[in-house]
Amino acid sequence: MASHVLLIEDEPNIAEAIRFILSRDGWQVSTMADGIGAAEAVREARHDLVILDLMLPGCSGLEVLEAIRADPVTEAVPVLMLTAKGQGRDREAAERAGVSRFMTKPFSNAEILASVRELVAR
Amino acid sequence: MPMSALTGTRLRERRLALGLRQADVARETGVSASYLNLIEHNRRRVTPDLLEALAGVLGMPLAALREGAGGSLLQDLRAAVAAAGEGSGAELDRVEEFAGRFPGWAAALIALERRAAGLERAVEALNDRMTHDPHLSASLHEMLSAVSSVRSTAEILAEPGEIAPEWRERFQRNLFADSERLAAGSEALVAYLDGSEQAGVQGIAAPQEELEAWLAERGWHLPELEPGGAGPEAVLGEVAGLVSGGARVLARDWVARAVEEAAALPLAVLEAEVAQAAPAGPDPLRIAQAAGLSVVAVMRRLALRPGAAAGLVVCDGSGTMVFRKPAEGFAVPRFGAACPLWPIFAALGRPGSPVLADLVTVGRGARRFRALAWCDLRHPEGLGGVELREAAMLVWPVEGAVTGGMAVQVGTSCRVCARAGCPARREPSIMGELE
Repeated sequence: MASHVLLIEDEPNIAEAIRFILSRDGWQVSTMADGIGAAEAVREARHDLVILDLMLPGCSGLEVLEAIRADPVTEAVPVLMLTAKGQGRDREAAERAGVSRFMTKPFSNAEILASVRELVAR
Repeated sequence: MPMSALTGTRLRERRLALGLRQADVARETGVSASYLNLIEHNRRRVTPDLLEALAGVLGMPLAALREGAGGSLLQDLRAAVAAAGEGSGAELDRVEEFAGRFPGWAAALIALERRAAGLERAVEALNDRMTHDPHLSASLHEMLSAVSSVRSTAEILAEPGEIAPEWRERFQRNLFADSERLAAGSEALVAYLDGSEQAGVQGIAAPQEELEAWLAERGWHLPELEPGGAGPEAVLGEVAGLVSGGARVLARDWVARAVEEAAALPLAVLEAEVAQAAPAGPDPLRIAQAAGLSVVAVMRRLALRPGAAAGLVVCDGSGTMVFRKPAEGFAVPRFGAACPLWPIFAALGRPGSPVLADLVTVGRGARRFRALAWCDLRHPEGLGGVELREAAMLVWPVEGAVTGGMAVQVGTSCRVCARAGCPARREPSIMGELE
């Protein structure tokens, strides 16, 4: 059974490209365009990995991360956070909240694929 | 007697100023010319007796030869060395000798250190602006997102192997859309960083700036909204053409309010008031009472009538500027807080009391202005509800002398104001304070 990745990214073209790359590599990918209800979705679907944009409308990536880590059911789910350079303070906050890894935009497809594989230990 | 190595320099300067030969002064004080030469070049310390003799021959008070005048120079040199860091290798124990033998180099070193310190402050200030300007930050993030998308999509298309035709088409469309977004974003960013007036039009300005840019383009007056004019429908097309949704909302509110204010105080009535006004200018309080409008509304009508030279600033209860029409020579800040000495902030704390003041702008091209500030109170939720404050300040140029009389020296905002010793300063200036 394919591992299940939840991609939370508000830029539709980035989301489409990542979804294509991961799907082609055999991952099952679900997408969300904002962070509202994301933590609940992870709890219900038990995703193997969450790819989370830091800057999201409605509910920030940091809030989503904190909610995932606060729930005993989802606290161990690896979270790969997409950030932009210059978001040093937010990155520090994400580190404190328990992010598994950062990926700085713009990233290469090979980098994101390698990170996903490592985080799910495939 | 305390002396410094600079004593020799001062002796030499004095002797040359008097046109005396070194040999003559040496003979009169009982030393050889070569020894005096060494003293004058700060290579020998002078004994107290000899110093007294030299002071007598050269007609100088002894105090002038003591350390003092050069003290600040030495202090500045030590500060310059400290700023360069411990590893600079400067021979601090020979600082007096350096200052005495090479006063020009010493002055240049100090000037360079001051310049470096000033530039450091400027960099800090610009960095602060880059960090805290929300619109710049959002624009950069937008561009970075587009670049990320372009990179990922282009990589997929460039990889060897087949991609299903529908995916290929989709990615090509995405690539085109992102490249368009990137081109527009980079143009807007360059325009913004260049300070171009077109920045607002290209969508990178704050909604408030976009509204103000539109009104400025219209000469700050919309004749369509006056009684008997073409009506608000005539400008709604222009409003719809504003780039950001926020600016369109602000502009629609602006138009609706302007219609109400024009109906209560038609332009013809306003112009008659201005024509009949005393030399001090029209009285917004009296006009407001007669028209049944708030004082702030009348101030808005006065500042935005055709050809008005007056500037207008409006702020809410937090002191945040919600409208800015600059007067020529009286700049208003684009971001952040304004000069705390502006009378509008005094008015904010005293609703219903006019604040009149003469202002003189700081720096080059200083000009004198007269300012009238007023604060209205509103209770939109009635008794027990919130209390809202709206303050306005009219600023108009005053002809004649800039200085004299009671006038407050004001700037735009602390960061770009060079007023020395300002009691209201909240942060250092990047301009360097005026002496």
